[in-house]
Amino acid sequence: MTPRIAELALAVASAALLAAARPAWPAPRIPDSDQVVLERLAFRPADPRQRELRELRAALARSPRDLERAIALARAHFDLAQAEGDPRHVGYAEAALRDFPPAAGASSELLVVRAQLAQYLHDFARALELLGRALALEPDDPEALAWSAAVRMVQADYAGAGRDCERLARVASELLGAGCRAHVAAATGALRAAYARLRDALAAYPGARPTLKLWVDTLLADMAQRLDDPRAADAHYRAALALGEPDQYLLAAYAEFLIDERRPAEAAALLRGWERSDTLLLQIARAAKALGSADTPRLARILQARYAATARRGVRLHAQDEARFRLEFHGDAAGALEIATQNWAEQREAADARILLEAALAADAPQAATPVLEWLAATGFEDARLARLAADLRARRR
Amino acid sequence: MRRAAAALLLCLAAGAAQAHKPSDSYLALAVDGAAVRGQWDIALRDLEYAVGLDADGDGAITWGELRAKRTVVEAYAFSRLSVVADGNACALKPADFLVDEHSDGSYAVLRFGADCGARPAASIEIGYSLLFDLDPTHRGLVRFERDGAAQTGVLAPERPRLAFRAGEASRLAQFFDYLREGIWHIWIGFDHILFIVSLLLPSVLILRNRAWQAAERFRDAFWDVFKVVTSFTVAHSVTLSLAALAVVSLPSRLVESTIALSVLLAALNNLMPVVSERRWAVAFAFGLIHGFGFASVLTDLGLPQGALLLALVGFNLGVETGQLAIVCAFLPVAYALRGTWLYARLVLGGGSALIALLAALWLAERAFDLKLL
Repeated sequence: MTPRIAELALAVASAALLAAARPAWPAPRIPDSDQVVLERLAFRPADPRQRELRELRAALARSPRDLERAIALARAHFDLAQAEGDPRHVGYAEAALRDFPPAAGASSELLVVRAQLAQYLHDFARALELLGRALALEPDDPEALAWSAAVRMVQADYAGAGRDCERLARVASELLGAGCRAHVAAATGALRAAYARLRDALAAYPGARPTLKLWVDTLLADMAQRLDDPRAADAHYRAALALGEPDQYLLAAYAEFLIDERRPAEAAALLRGWERSDTLLLQIARAAKALGSADTPRLARILQARYAATARRGVRLHAQDEARFRLEFHGDAAGALEIATQNWAEQREAADARILLEAALAADAPQAATPVLEWLAATGFEDARLARLAADLRARRR
Repeated sequence: MRRAAAALLLCLAAGAAQAHKPSDSYLALAVDGAAVRGQWDIALRDLEYAVGLDADGDGAITWGELRAKRTVVEAYAFSRLSVVADGNACALKPADFLVDEHSDGSYAVLRFGADCGARPAASIEIGYSLLFDLDPTHRGLVRFERDGAAQTGVLAPERPRLAFRAGEASRLAQFFDYLREGIWHIWIGFDHILFIVSLLLPSVLILRNRAWQAAERFRDAFWDVFKVVTSFTVAHSVTLSLAALAVVSLPSRLVESTIALSVLLAALNNLMPVVSERRWAVAFAFGLIHGFGFASVLTDLGLPQGALLLALVGFNLGVETGQLAIVCAFLPVAYALRGTWLYARLVLGGGSALIALLAALWLAERAFDLKLL
């Protein structure tokens, strides 16, 4: 079969699967008994984190003008958003800060927290503007510098990120500074050296706090993958997981790695119980598909429904994921390419590049990959997989 | 420092940050004629945060726990929703309380009726503030169905109101609704019919020496009918509009009594003629009062604020259409029979006497609030 016919067959097969499938959930109903469990909460009310939140909320309610308390509550919610991936917590954080005027310029901390919330909602321009104002007030604030670097990395502004990292390295711990610099260097043509330096830095600070080590290990895993060293990548991912800090990105990245490495059973085991997270559900569905699981159509239906529900809000929050879903579950290369192209205008990380290249290949539209190919050439971004995809595309162009 | 590390970690994950679907509620409104029904699906996780559902604190919400909080949930939700039809707030009446699964978890399903009056509204406005105080990222996703066509919209803190207007097609339907009501009203409004009939009965006759004689030419009869009907129409259109637009209002007892009186006088005039050539003036004078009578019907039907003129014109045209139908049925028959004893004695004499009797009873009923018939 030529690739075209294979695509067509896949599209027909998945369309038939999706069409033949019943709705993923029943109609509105009255449950059979009072004991039926409708919903499991992320935390029991007695969970210490919940108790902390309740106390912070009560404290803020007693003195609603207290900025310090409002910030503490917003931070607590934001930490939960990070761990659980539930954007409701970002909303709760915003609500905690709402009563403070936008021009509360005296507090750089308020500006930084607001910037965190803005970037979470993918409003990168506003995040950078707020961080700029915070740094004007407190030029040495490591938190503002780290965030500024991170947002610039997402936007592929490596020069700006590099400047932030240099400033951060002067005021923050060595490992944090090294990580920041390595992150930038790895994107600008010095991947191998950056990887070695960061690995050594991590070894030099075994007592660093777990969240920092988690970040460094995840970064190292990503670099090892790009260097085409799956054994090292696997070891870094395992080290990061062993820290026991819940983290959405780590789980998604490791699962994707396992599926790439044709180890879908391990990916499925890793993500058991995480169906609620849209990002992780996609990886669960991909693993199920790779395993030939009978559950695949059900998972695909739920994903489809979630993307549709999100689209009703008038936004696309998971462009990268949705493009991959269309490509792999619907065989809709053209649709995937369209979304991936829009996504590239907003976010320019390796994964964003990868889906655009893969969709362009599948759609046999090598021209559409031009922005990514130009980005690869201009930045010297090293990534073994992206290099292979780019070579395939260039071959098609001829 | 801890913050800075967390920051970098998070931003590395920027693409995966929004791992869950954000908080949404699903609000469906279906408009069928004047009936407005709704279904509102609200995530249990949102309700847990807003009003607390997990009574036993075991981290799981059961149907029993949700059911126990039904009134709390309904009170919370419906105090944050308003449905306004043509400027008038509709009373929201909770109906079924169910559960459903959406792609991201379980939702409470609140079905409700919205009492928006007896008339289909030209525009329905939804005002929404659920959860906006607690979670500004919350959105209300609205599906509005009317006449088989669906519209959608998104409610957000910066856009908490959405108005759905009847499309052109349904405006036309609304116009015809009012037109029908107008026709119907003239058909069931015996007092209006009897008034006009009383004035028309002599149209095919000519008063000579205080006695009715057959008209010689159809043209004369036609012009007489035309003058009477037109005067009545112009007069009641004026007062109907003034009253419907709330420019003038009269007590309904006075209006209804005067209408009965107008029928009585018109019938008596046929038995003991006082006015003959100028019956059109009588039609005009009393037509003014009949207009107030029509207006009260229109007020009872409810006037769409967005399409007031449309409703008014539709209703009035309906009244005229009904009236014209009566005239078209009456005139040829009356003209054919005008020279007979049957017409002069039985129809004009007997008919007018009967009408006068009936009108007198109505007058007594309406003026003194009695129940005679």
